[in-house]
Amino acid sequence: QALDEELERDERVFLLGEEVAQYDGAYKISRGLWKKYGDKRVIDTPISEMGFTGIAVGAAMVWLRPVCEFMTFNFSMQAIDQVINSAAKTCYMSAGSIAVPIVFRGPNGASAGVAAQHSQCFAAWYGHCPGLKVVSPWSSEDAKGLLKASIRDDNPVVMLENELLYGVPFEMSEQAQSKDFVVPIGKAKIERQGTHVTLVSHSRPVGHCLEAAAVLAKEGVECEVINLRTIRPMDIETVEASVVKTNHLVTVEGGWPQFGVGAEICARIMEGSAFNYLDAPAVRVTGADVPMPYAKILEDNCIPQVKDIIFAVKKTLNI
Amino acid sequence: ASRVMVASRNYADFASEATFEIKKCDLHRLEEGPSTTVVMTREEGLHYYKTMQTIRRMELKSDQLYKQKIIRGFCHLYDGQEACCVGLEVAIKPTDHVITAYRVHGFTYARGVPVREILAELTGRKGGCAKGKGGSMHMYTKNFYGGNGIVGAQVPLGAGIALACKYFGKNEVCLTLYGDGAANQGQIFETYNMAALWKLPCIFICENNRYGMGTSVERAAASTDYYKRGDFIPGLRVDGMDVLCVREATKFAAEYCRAGKGPILMELQTYRYHGHSMSDPGISYRTREEIQEVRSKSDPITLLKDRMVNTNLASIEELKEIDVAVRKEIEEAAQFATTDPEPPLEELGNHIYFNEPPFEVRGPNQWIRYKSVS
Repeated sequence: QALDEELERDERVFLLGEEVAQYDGAYKISRGLWKKYGDKRVIDTPISEMGFTGIAVGAAMVWLRPVCEFMTFNFSMQAIDQVINSAAKTCYMSAGSIAVPIVFRGPNGASAGVAAQHSQCFAAWYGHCPGLKVVSPWSSEDAKGLLKASIRDDNPVVMLENELLYGVPFEMSEQAQSKDFVVPIGKAKIERQGTHVTLVSHSRPVGHCLEAAAVLAKEGVECEVINLRTIRPMDIETVEASVVKTNHLVTVEGGWPQFGVGAEICARIMEGSAFNYLDAPAVRVTGADVPMPYAKILEDNCIPQVKDIIFAVKKTLNI
Repeated sequence: ASRVMVASRNYADFASEATFEIKKCDLHRLEEGPSTTVVMTREEGLHYYKTMQTIRRMELKSDQLYKQKIIRGFCHLYDGQEACCVGLEVAIKPTDHVITAYRVHGFTYARGVPVREILAELTGRKGGCAKGKGGSMHMYTKNFYGGNGIVGAQVPLGAGIALACKYFGKNEVCLTLYGDGAANQGQIFETYNMAALWKLPCIFICENNRYGMGTSVERAAASTDYYKRGDFIPGLRVDGMDVLCVREATKFAAEYCRAGKGPILMELQTYRYHGHSMSDPGISYRTREEIQEVRSKSDPITLLKDRMVNTNLASIEELKEIDVAVRKEIEEAAQFATTDPEPPLEELGNHIYFNEPPFEVRGPNQWIRYKSVS
């Protein structure tokens, strides 16, 4: 819906990627768009990530507004030079004379049974780079609002979607269904108020946090669940304010632990005002530190589950 | 006081134009190539001469400043290749687009940036064309997109610019340049494919100066016919030391693209006098004799000068006057580049984003913060 609305609103917006046009999108995200807007606005590319990503960035330099789809972000590694060196850094290197209003989007992170080469989470890699904005939606509202905001932003934005979430229905308010509904980039959302512990997450694990919170509530533990929504620039203020209230912090992410999103949150909490309010060290729940295995029992144990979150909360609360 | 009368030619004595025979281009998948008989007017000749000479002296000045350690980091000089960027520029319109790699100073000047801003960018001062934020490899101006450090990455970017030209329907073309070394990059072949598939108005230009850093073309490429490497894309091989050859070929190529026929490829055979960069003396992989031979037999500026003098388009004295004027301009620019202050520290955080409300950027530790304004 976001893509349709933005394609309609601004004729400089166009979509390119593998199978986005006539196939309706590998994951059907662009269903119906080629039929409606035609070859000029929805472009099928050959399997040439480095080439078509560079082409998209070049088009953005002349004030088109491309939405460049990676069938999964695993394939973006082949084009990562164009994302970082050509897109992210150009505004700075040119002292602001060249803008790159591009959106790179696609599914990120683990799926189900797709094994190691197709399951990597890139939040930490892209979140590392100045010049980029990185967003990670969880709900339908997030997906629509963040994509619209990203397309309207004059800077390169990496939008990390999640394949398993594509099929999950969410309620959407009247307001969220309107054509100008935009979720601001750089602002986290408190999905559930709580008093005993702060759970910070992004993307699919937000849902797991809410499930864990429901289970813990029965035991009298009230979790505050924060949906980061944006990885860079990160809204650490919302996390800090929450930690000041709850005195306990658990970060939850699908990516690998070393140098991950949770690691960054913990470092920033240490540096800021909330440190003095922690009653226990902050705890990270992450994907297991291995390439993703295929067998279901192994895969299930590499992804943070609800039980892992509950365990971490109880550990940090010492109950 | 004594008055000195300098004998001078009356400008009415000069021819207004002359006709020249230029080398025929080798063709790939093309029935006809550019004309081999071309006309150059006196004004054009003087303009080409002045522009090439300015670039030549600017590069030599950069060499000097680098050796004095006033320029740091990478510095890739263009002397010897002047006919390429000048011939290209005069064959296209200011509304057309150009993108190249890191050997960029000549193009930056040809596209309209004053010498002082180029030199000040090299010396990292706030008066530089990128305010000192980019340096030698990252220079930009209107319809000129750098200035790109990653070998070959500029080629898909150029095709993207061409896509935008087609999208907006403004009959503009994009000149997308790369070197003989970059010509072996995979992403260039990906780009050839998409440009041809979508008929993008992209002129691919390989500046073949015979060496990719220290590797000669014979040692790097299974096929050194760079003008044929586009396979299904028509190509021409052009004498890149002759500004008129480059001009005619580019006009031909631009006409081809503007007619909506899709991309075309030009290989410009040229030569660089300096090494790959200032840290390369340039003589470990080629002989001094070779360099000397090119200088004496194929120098683009000398070639133009001889042509103009021999056909009475200009006199030697007149051209010498231009040389003097150019030297003066370069000296003044160098003076500016060495005295202009470095960018203020506040500039450090600026321009991370475009059109963004101000925010704070972290410095080397959590207490040092810079404001970022876009």
